[in-house]
Order: sequence, then C-alpha cells, then structure tokens
Amino acid sequence: MSQENRIPMTPIWNHEDTSRIPFWAYTNEDIHKQELEKFFYKNHWCYVGLEAEIPQPGDFKLTVIGERSVIMVRHEDNSIYVVENVCAHRGMRFCREKHGNTKSFTCPYHQWNYDLEGNLQGVPFRRGVKQDGKVKGGMSKDFKTSDHGLTKLLVAERGGVVFASFDHDVESFESFLGPTMLSYFDRMFNGRKLTLLGYNKQRIPGNWKLMQENIKDPYHPGLLHTWFVTFGLWRADNRSELKMDEHFRHAAMISTRGSGGKDSQTTNVSSFKESMQLNDPSFLDVEVEPWWDGPTAVMMTLFPSVILQQQVNSVSTRHIQPNGHGSFDFVWTHFGYEDDTPEMTERRLRQANLFGPAGFVSADDGEVIEFSQQGFEQKPFHRSLAELGGKDIEETDHMVSETLIRGMYAYWRKVMGV
Amino acid sequence: MKTPLITTENYLKLTQFYQTYAAVVDQANWTAWLDMFVEDCVYKVQARENYDRNLPMAALSLTSKGMLKDRIYGITETIFHDPYHQLHMVSSPLILSESDQGVIESQANYTVFRTKNDGIAEIYNVGRYLDRLRITDDGIQIESRLCIFDNEMILNSLIYPI
Repeated sequence: MSQENRIPMTPIWNHEDTSRIPFWAYTNEDIHKQELEKFFYKNHWCYVGLEAEIPQPGDFKLTVIGERSVIMVRHEDNSIYVVENVCAHRGMRFCREKHGNTKSFTCPYHQWNYDLEGNLQGVPFRRGVKQDGKVKGGMSKDFKTSDHGLTKLLVAERGGVVFASFDHDVESFESFLGPTMLSYFDRMFNGRKLTLLGYNKQRIPGNWKLMQENIKDPYHPGLLHTWFVTFGLWRADNRSELKMDEHFRHAAMISTRGSGGKDSQTTNVSSFKESMQLNDPSFLDVEVEPWWDGPTAVMMTLFPSVILQQQVNSVSTRHIQPNGHGSFDFVWTHFGYEDDTPEMTERRLRQANLFGPAGFVSADDGEVIEFSQQGFEQKPFHRSLAELGGKDIEETDHMVSETLIRGMYAYWRKVMGV
Repeated sequence: MKTPLITTENYLKLTQFYQTYAAVVDQANWTAWLDMFVEDCVYKVQARENYDRNLPMAALSLTSKGMLKDRIYGITETIFHDPYHQLHMVSSPLILSESDQGVIESQANYTVFRTKNDGIAEIYNVGRYLDRLRITDDGIQIESRLCIFDNEMILNSLIYPI
C-alpha cells in the first residue's frame, strides 16, 4: 500500500469476512464516538452493578455506562433506579461520592434537589424574592419542575445483577441476552443473594473492544498464561464449548477440567514445567459447587459492557468503562453467595490471586492489550487476523478457534454500517 | 493516641528495616525479600477503598511464605509483562504499638515510581504500609504487611511486590 493510500485513512472494511480486522477499528476517535452512541447508549443493556452493593433503601453507587456517569440507587420501596449524574440546570456532575446513603440528590451549585427516581423536587428562588412589596426575579411562569428531572434510565434486575439502558425502546433484558446466554447467566445468578467481597480496578491503555476479544479468544490462555499450564489448570484438550447468541454479540467459553493423561501435544508449551508444584497448593484448593452443573469455568462476554467470570471458585463481574478510543478502566467486582461457609469465602479470596491487575493469569492480559494498541497506532492502515478455526462463524465443541471474535465483528459491522 | 514506649535503639532498627525493604524491592532481590518475612506471614496489596469499607478483596492476598515464594516464581517465570524498574520512597515509620514480646505495629507512607524502557519515571503507586513486625536477635521480620494504596486505578498491571 502506498503512502498516498494511507493518509488520510478512510475507514472502509476492505475484506469480505471478519477474519481480518482493520486497525482503524481501534484507533479512530470518530469510530469510538459512534460506538458509544450505537452500543452503549442505544439498543443495548449495560452493566451497572450488583444489588448487594446497595442493600439498604437510600444506598447509592456511582458508576458509568460508556463514558456517561450514572447513579444506581435503591428507593424506599426497595426498587432500583438509575439516573444520569448531570444536573438538569447547569449540567454539573453533582454526585461526587462513590457510594453512600441519601434521601435525595442535591446539586451543590444551586441546590436543585431531586428525589431518588430523578424527579426535580424544587429549585431555590423559583418564585423570586419579595422586595419593597414586589416579587422580583424567579423562574418563568411556565417553568415546571416536572420538565426538568434527571435523565432516567430503564433498569433490568436479574439474579442480583443490575443493568440499565438510556434507550427506553430497548428490547427486554431476557431477549437481549437470548436463551443460550440467559441459561448461563441464570446458572451463575440463580436467585441466591450475592455478598460483596470487593473491587479491583485497573486502567488499561488499549481500546475497550480488546477486552471483549480477550475473553472471546480461547487460543491464548494456554500460550500466554503459562501459569495456567504450569499448574495444570488449563489444557487445550479440556472438554469445552464456544457458544453465542443469535446476533453473535454475546458469547460463552465453557470448559471442564479433564482428568485426562499428560499428552504434551495438547498444551504445546512449557511441558518442561510439568513437574512444577506450588509451594502453597491452597491457591488451587478447588471445591466443586453444585450450581456449576459440570463446567469448571464459564467466561461470558455480554456486549458491550461486561464480562461475567466463573473460574472454578472465583466469581466476579468485570465492567468495561471506556475513556477515549485508546484506554478503558476495568473494574472487577468479586462476590460470593449468601450460603457460603467462611472457608468458601476464603477459597474465593485466595483464588482471586489468579485474577485482576496483579493476577497470575490476568496481569498479562492487560499487558498484551496495551501492546496490541501500540501496534495498531503505529500502522492504522493495517489489519489483524482471526482465522483460527476457519473464516466462518459457528459454535464449536473445542477451544481451537477464533470464531467468537469473528462473530463479534460481524455484529459490530452490522450495527456500525461498515 | 497513647504514645507507645519506644527505645531509641528499636526506632533506629525499625528505620533501618524500612529502608532495607525499599532497597531490596528496588533491586528486585527476591531472595532477600522472602527472607524479610516470618514463615507464617501475611502480605497484601489492597485498594484503600476495600480496606476502608472492610471489604476483604485485595489485588494480592498472600497468607503464607509458600504463597510468597509462588508469587516470586510467577513474576520471574510465568507472567508476561513489560520490563520495569521500581523506586520506593518510604517515610519515617510511625510506631503504633509495641508489645513486651517484641512485636511492633507500625506504619509508613510510600511512593513507588515505575520506570519502563522508555525512560520516563511515573508515579505508579502511593499508599502506606501497615505492619506487624517482630524484633528478634537476627533483626526485624515481617509477620504482616498490608500495602494500602490510594490509587483508584492500578496503572494496567501490578507485577512486583511493593
């Protein structure tokens, strides 16, 4: 390709399928702005949090959808509301606490006050001031508080997880997930109350889609995450499946630890470390839980905003919060279930050492995403390749495929119109 | 706060200990790092948000010397990451309590700078060590060290101990 063809670069998908992904999909700021509109603010349900984070009436949590700050709050009647953190008056992001308990929201700038549903309750000096027997100033006569509430989002709760949408015409949450994804969602969130264990937060200098792709890519775990292989937690011949919704936007990587023999062909790496033993095996003190119903790991990507993790006893939500085309914040919320014994809680916390920004098998994911973005930025006219398992999009009963990435980009192209 | 009984000798030992720890991690001398802990030890790197809210989750939560050794194996042999240097600035320690059995509870603020191969140092992690230390004839060893960091976001990844 000549230099003339490269600059200025027009975003055109010049490949017949999605086994090639143009780098401009990760580097173009206009594309990013469109993605926010088309995926985060319209037509999709985005993750906001767990009910367990706001157990009492009046409890709220500050979070984001895409790049818009929103507040998730529990009402006196126990229902959950999500409102945008932008005052209807002068547009200030008024809520500054990450979490707390309140009876109403007040913007400190001019004391505009909203109830927990986001309705404007009152504004100071609405009827002006009385001076020398006359009323001076105040709002226009036709000013109605009911016209100036906070932006209210549609809310969906299921199994203790809360999603919201700016788009009041969005399909139901259940239909958004589709029956296959819903069954895996319900497996993890089967009605038991969740208990909050805490957060891990990291800022990853890469495009947000790379995190979705990372969890749609079963090619890398046995190759990048040497730790997995070294200590026998991952084998390419583990019984496994790749599944998607009908639009190919959401996916699940489902795998079950086998007890198969040691065949060096299956891992293809690090076989010299086969004999490695942990000094403290309690990192991998796994206890099979009844709700697993078989699989020892199910990693779900719900497009665009969240990843739901079950890796043996470690369960978490991983919230994708973009900031610009080249960076996102990745917020892990680890939880347990109300009927966990103290030993099970300890187990979940110990196994959490594998995950998060310092995790044995997750720290390197953030690193490769950063360096992929560096590669994209230096030659935005180029493209990446996702051809493992062919060029088609299909569910599989093995892990040796990049079909989920191809599926995601088929959906992405349709919505983006490229 | 009740002022604990502090001998000058112990305070000097303690100060020396904090600076030695910083030098050891800055030099990535992991054998020496491991030697600074007792067998039955705790080492955590935890976000202030979790600590303040009594949420048990930590970025790193190692509860035995075996786990510390496994972490060192992970960072030297299995975790892929960008090479970087650490530089710790550790404040004078504040002694919180001192027992007759030679156990000191103390804390010190720290700043860790990270320098990658591009050569620009950046503020990587700031926080405080919250420690339970044992003074023995062989010097001071760590029973428990919590690194409670202020940063809301870890800058991508956290590989080495801080």
